[in-house]
Amino acid sequence: MRYVDEFRDPELITKAADEIHRLADTGRHYRIMEVCGGHTHAIYRFGLKDVLPSNIELIHGPGCPVCVLPMGRIDDGLAVAKNAEVIFAAFGDMMRVPGTHGSPFEHKARGTDVRIVYSPADALQIARKNPDKHVMFFAIGFETTAPSTALTLMRARSEGIRNFSVFCNHVTIVPAIRAILDSPDMRLDAFIGPGHVSTVIGCRPYEWIARNEGKPVVTSGFEPLDLLQSIVMLLRQLRAGEAKVENQYKRVVPWEGNRAALKAMAEVFQLRPYFEWRGLGFISQSALKIRDEYAGWDAEQRFPIPGTRVTDPKAAQCGEVLKGVLKPAQCKLFGNECTPEHPIGALMVSSEGSCAAYYNYEHRKAAAMVTSISSVA
Amino acid sequence: MAHGAGGKASRRLVEGLFAPLLFAESSEPLGDAARVNINGTSVAITTDSFVVKPLKFPGGSIGELAVNGTMNDLAVSGARGEAMVVTFILEEGLPLPVLEAEIRAMAAALQRAGIALIGGDTKVVERGKADGMYITTTGIGRPLQHVTIDARSVRAGDKILLSGPIGDHGITILLARGELDLEADLASDTRCILPLIEVLAGEAGPGIRWMRDPTRGGVATTLNELARDCRLGIVLSEEEIPMRNEVRGACELLGLDPLHIANEGQFLAVVAPEYADAALNALHRTEGGEDAVIIGEVQTEPACAVLVTTRYGGSRIADMLVGDPLPRIC
Amino acid sequence: MCLAIPGKIVDLVPEQAHLCTVEVAGVRRRVDLGLLQEDIPVPGDWVLIHVGFAMTKISEQDALEQMHLLSMLGEAEQAMQEIRGYGLEDGGAGVS
Repeated sequence: MRYVDEFRDPELITKAADEIHRLADTGRHYRIMEVCGGHTHAIYRFGLKDVLPSNIELIHGPGCPVCVLPMGRIDDGLAVAKNAEVIFAAFGDMMRVPGTHGSPFEHKARGTDVRIVYSPADALQIARKNPDKHVMFFAIGFETTAPSTALTLMRARSEGIRNFSVFCNHVTIVPAIRAILDSPDMRLDAFIGPGHVSTVIGCRPYEWIARNEGKPVVTSGFEPLDLLQSIVMLLRQLRAGEAKVENQYKRVVPWEGNRAALKAMAEVFQLRPYFEWRGLGFISQSALKIRDEYAGWDAEQRFPIPGTRVTDPKAAQCGEVLKGVLKPAQCKLFGNECTPEHPIGALMVSSEGSCAAYYNYEHRKAAAMVTSISSVA
Repeated sequence: MAHGAGGKASRRLVEGLFAPLLFAESSEPLGDAARVNINGTSVAITTDSFVVKPLKFPGGSIGELAVNGTMNDLAVSGARGEAMVVTFILEEGLPLPVLEAEIRAMAAALQRAGIALIGGDTKVVERGKADGMYITTTGIGRPLQHVTIDARSVRAGDKILLSGPIGDHGITILLARGELDLEADLASDTRCILPLIEVLAGEAGPGIRWMRDPTRGGVATTLNELARDCRLGIVLSEEEIPMRNEVRGACELLGLDPLHIANEGQFLAVVAPEYADAALNALHRTEGGEDAVIIGEVQTEPACAVLVTTRYGGSRIADMLVGDPLPRIC
Repeated sequence: MCLAIPGKIVDLVPEQAHLCTVEVAGVRRRVDLGLLQEDIPVPGDWVLIHVGFAMTKISEQDALEQMHLLSMLGEAEQAMQEIRGYGLEDGGAGVS
C-alpha cells in the first residue's frame, strides 16, 4: 500500500528507535502526550512502546470523540430513534457504546432500526432510498469529521431532502488540550500533535502551547515511522531548550489547514457556548451546533430531546485516565468490573480509548517474552 | 448478537450455560467435533448451523458453506466426513429459484467433497424470520489414522501452521452486504480442506498436536482458544501472516483487524517442530496448499495469550473477538 | 476522528462533479471531493480519505523528503564516531 508501507519499513523503524535512544537523556524522564486517539491506537497496534527507551513515557490524551461523549447524549439520540419511522445511523465506533438503557446495538436487538454507516454521505443515501422514513445521523468526531458532516448537510439542503437530520456531537480539539494543560496534576514535557484534525485546522492553532506554555508540539502522522520521527523531533527541541510547533506530517497536513473545509464548517456550524465532556466536565466554546439556517436538518430542533444528564459512577476514574493522570491499569475497575465486553466507562468501549487499547493490546504482555521475538518461525 | 459472533461472548455462552447443564462429565476441552464409541468403533460427529446474509456471494453461497463447513469441522478433528444430514429452515416467501440454486450448489459441493447426504428435514417460518434460509448440518466421519487432536499435547517449541491467506470470506461477505459501498475483486475462500488435511496426516500424522478452522472470530479467536486450552503462549510473526492485497486494503480502510475476520477454507495446525518442514513441503506440493506457511510457534509466555511480533521488535497482544468486527472511523 | 487512508483517484463520476472513485489496494469506494474544491484533484492523484471524503492531496515530494530524512537518521552520528576514531582530539597516538 503506497504511502503506508514505506512508513512501516522495519529497518528504518529500528534506525529511528536507535536515534531516539541516543537523543533521550538518560538522566531525564520524558512525559510526552499524544492527544489523538488514533495515535494511541497506532502506538499499541505497532508495539511502539517496545522500541522506546524506558525513560520516555507516552501519556494518552483526550482525543477520542467517543470517549468524551457524555452518556446522556447517547440516551438522547436513542430516545429519538425510538420513533418507528426513524432510522438511527452512526459510525461503527458508536454501536457498542453503552447508554443508560443499552447501546445502539442493544436497542437494535429490541427493534430500533439502527444502521452502521462508513460516511455521513451513506446516511444521506439511506434517506434518499427510504422516503417514508426519517434518517437521523448521530454525528461524532473532532474537526477531521465535522467538515464531512457539514458538506452532507449542505447537500441535503440543496437537494431538498427533508427526511434527514443530524444529531450533532462534534467537538473541537484545542479546548481539550487547554483543559489538560490547566489541570493541576498535569506535568507534561511535549505533545505529539493531532494528525488528521490538523489537515483541517492546520498547525497554527497549537502555537499558543509552544509560546505560552513552553511545550514543543509536533503534528504527527500515524504510521510507526511518523510517530518515531515525531518523537525524534520533540527530543531535539527539548535538548535544545526550544518550544515550537513543527509539522512532521507534511505530506498531508498543510500549515494553514484546509480552507474549503473550514468554510463548510463555518457555513453549517457555530460554536456552542459550552458543552459537557465526559471526564472533563463543561468546557466553553468547545463543541459545534447546527446553525439556524439548517434548523430543518438539526435533529435537536426537529425532535423533542430529553436533555438527559448522566453522571459517571464514582468508582470509574475515566476523568483521570482521560487527563493522563492515571494509567488505565491504575483505575480500580480496570480489568474487573470494566472490560471491553462489559464497559463501565467509554474509555473501555472505543478501541482507541486508553483503557480498551491497553486491555486489548498490552496488559497481558510479560516483559520477559519480548526478548524471545527473534526465535519465531 | 455478540453471542453468535464466535468470540468471547460465544465461548462464555457455551462454557458457562450449555456445558454445565448439557454436556456429559468430561475434562476434555470443547472441540469442533466429538468422538462417539459405537460397539467398539470410534465415529466422529459434528454439528453446525449456517446463517449468512446475503445467501449468495462471490465465491459461493450458503449451501456450499454448509457442506464445506461440515467437512472441515470433521477434517480438523482428524476425521474424514462420510455422511451428513441437513435441516433447512426456510423463510415464507423465499423464491423457489433461490432455493433450487442452493440445492444445486449443495449437490455440487457434496460431490466435490466426496460426502453423501443421507437425510434431512425442512421447516418453514413466517416472513421476516430466517433471513431467507438457515441451514443446520450434522456430519459423521471416520477417524484418520495416526492423528490425535488434543490441545493438552501441545508443547513449547511446536510450530503454528496456516494453510493460506486470511480474511477472504469475512471481507467478501461484508462487501456483499452493500452497506459500506466498497467494491473489490474478492471471493469467499470456502472449500473442503480434507485433501490437505489428509496430506498433512500422511506426512506428519504423529506430529500433529491440534487443528482447527478459523471461522467466525478469525485466526486470533481460534488461537486464543488454543492458548487457553493448552495454557501456553502463542507467538506469531506478523510479516509471515499471508493476506491478499484487497483484504488488507479493506481492513485498513475500515479499521478492522484481519486476525478477527472469518475464513471458510483455511486451517491452523500445531505441529511438532521435527515434522514442521516436511509438513509444509508436502502441502506446497499439493493443489490448494501452495500458500501454506508457518506463522509462529508455541512458547511458555505469555501464557494463555496470543502475541503478534514485528521484525523491528514491537509486539501486541491479539485478543479474542468481542462481538462482530465493526468498521471504525476513529 | 483519525482513521484516514491514502488512496488513488481512478475515475471521476460523470454526472456528479464532486464524486470520484478511489482505490486502496484494489478496494474501490466512491469518495466526495467537496473539501478539495480549491485544488481539485484528477485521476492519478493520491488523496487522504476519511469517512468517504477526500481531506487533502498527498504530496509525493514531501513524502520522498521525509523518507530521505528518515534514512539519514543516525548517519550524522556515525560520521562523527568515525572521526572520533581517528584519535585527533586528545593528543593521543593518532593514526599510524
